[in-house]
Amino acid sequence: MGAAVGLLVLAGVLGFAVGRPRGLPEVVAAVPGAAAVVLVGLVSWAQVRDEVVTLGPTVGFLAAVLVLAHLADEHGVFGYGGAVMGMASRGSPRRLLRLVFVLASVVTAVLSLDATVVLLTPVVLATAARIGVRPRPHLYACGHLANTASLLLPVSNLTNLLAFSASGLSFTRFAGLMAAPWLAVIAVEYVIFRRRFALDLTTPALGPAPEPAPPGRAPWYAIAVLAATLAGFALSEPAGLHPAWFAAAGALALALPRLRRAPLAEAGRLLRAANLPFAAFVFALGVVVLAVRAGPVGDAVDHLVPGRAGLLGMLGAAALAAVLANLVNNLPATLMLVPLVAHSPGLVLAVLLGVNIGPNLTYVGSLATLLWRQVLHTRDHPPGTGEFLRLGAVTVPACLVVGVGALWVSLRLFGAS
Amino acid sequence: MRIVVWVAEGTWPACVDAAQRLPAAETVLLHVIDPDTAGAVSGARAGLLGRGLPDGDAASFEALTAAQSRLLDAAQERLARPAERLARRGRPEREVVAACGEADLLVLARDGDRARLGPRSIGPHTRFAVDHAPCGVLLVWPDPPPGLATLPPPPPPRH
Repeated sequence: MGAAVGLLVLAGVLGFAVGRPRGLPEVVAAVPGAAAVVLVGLVSWAQVRDEVVTLGPTVGFLAAVLVLAHLADEHGVFGYGGAVMGMASRGSPRRLLRLVFVLASVVTAVLSLDATVVLLTPVVLATAARIGVRPRPHLYACGHLANTASLLLPVSNLTNLLAFSASGLSFTRFAGLMAAPWLAVIAVEYVIFRRRFALDLTTPALGPAPEPAPPGRAPWYAIAVLAATLAGFALSEPAGLHPAWFAAAGALALALPRLRRAPLAEAGRLLRAANLPFAAFVFALGVVVLAVRAGPVGDAVDHLVPGRAGLLGMLGAAALAAVLANLVNNLPATLMLVPLVAHSPGLVLAVLLGVNIGPNLTYVGSLATLLWRQVLHTRDHPPGTGEFLRLGAVTVPACLVVGVGALWVSLRLFGAS
Repeated sequence: MRIVVWVAEGTWPACVDAAQRLPAAETVLLHVIDPDTAGAVSGARAGLLGRGLPDGDAASFEALTAAQSRLLDAAQERLARPAERLARRGRPEREVVAACGEADLLVLARDGDRARLGPRSIGPHTRFAVDHAPCGVLLVWPDPPPGLATLPPPPPPRH
């Protein structure tokens, strides 16, 4: 009975998050859901406290990175990137695709996939429209790379952050092990994109190509602060500080010039960028998943998780993670799987490969979300999902296999601890 | 005579040039925004669960609409003749065929693999429009066409 309640609450929270009735934020259903599982007795208050304490630094880190990305946008880093891409592509869609791949990979790795989806994609759309090429392959590339390029650093994706502390790896070790899978998966995506969008990428005819505006003054201060923050992440381990402090320092460095000009307004904007309702959502979701994990569903998943981190074991873990990410979305999937594989860093990284690559199957991040949206009719004219699904059906298995293979090679070369 | 010119990214100059050489009482410049593109952008945002982002492709459509009107401006300038502008949003092949209801001629360009002569030089949307247009169709090469040497060889004689 208890297990059914836990599952119902999880389904309710996720359904609300997808349907967004009246445009209400997702936390409106998540917090009562968490309260419900505690009141019913599935989760004790001590467990809630432990979960909050465990998730606290992760959520703080993510909030700092969200503020950092917002400030980078305010300083014009993304607009400048778009203008440089427009000029460097010289009207060629293929060159633009290469540039989009490079920029999207770097932005996702350093500033998290939220930055790519929310801040970079509109810039890429505007750039493609400005130089007069078909925007479709470049936008799909942003969508795919927001997921696959988020493998490299713990800061690239909330799923990585959730697994980072459990894996016991240091920041640089994580990046070192994930570097080969990251590059391999991006290369696979590029090859598949070039083949599937060959028609959309044909060079336009000779004619008056619209001259893109020159980039303007580069935001050197912001770029320098971002580079320094990245270096700080790498040095956080030897310095004995949590990387979140460096993210906060970088955000402060970018915010100071703006705070001096309009302190109250800017502080309000920064608070909104930190997205505290999202932090509350993550805590509440953690509690709800705790209830589900304790029940028979958690046992079933535990049964399916491979025990050893050999090549087959990691492939199995990645496949399981990808399937679970498509069933319940990648955040609950990570919260559910990571404690079950925490004993083996190799399996943790394989699970991350699965939850980060799996969402590329659909353009909304999971099959379940897609079905929910179609059932709830949240769009007045549903887009053609077939194209993206067919693309995902090709890229996801290819990326999983190549990524796990590269990870296995990395683990053999560098060792697991 | 009423001509509809399908203005599409990358291939429109050749279509406008062809339309300019024809005597026409009315010329219509048509551009269609494909909503799948904007849909993928807003779908990716919707996939970010929990962030409380406003779901809507208003901003993407704004950028696409602005680009559409810039493209139609450029086409009109190249045509150098008064023309009607049709800015549409929907499945491109369907919108083009629907806009040809009263037309006498549809001008469009090959947008496929133009390295050799053959059916692959026409993309799927263009193929649909050519197959289903309720009027005459002028299919132009957007760049200098490949030579006759790219023709596939004739089948061997059967004994």
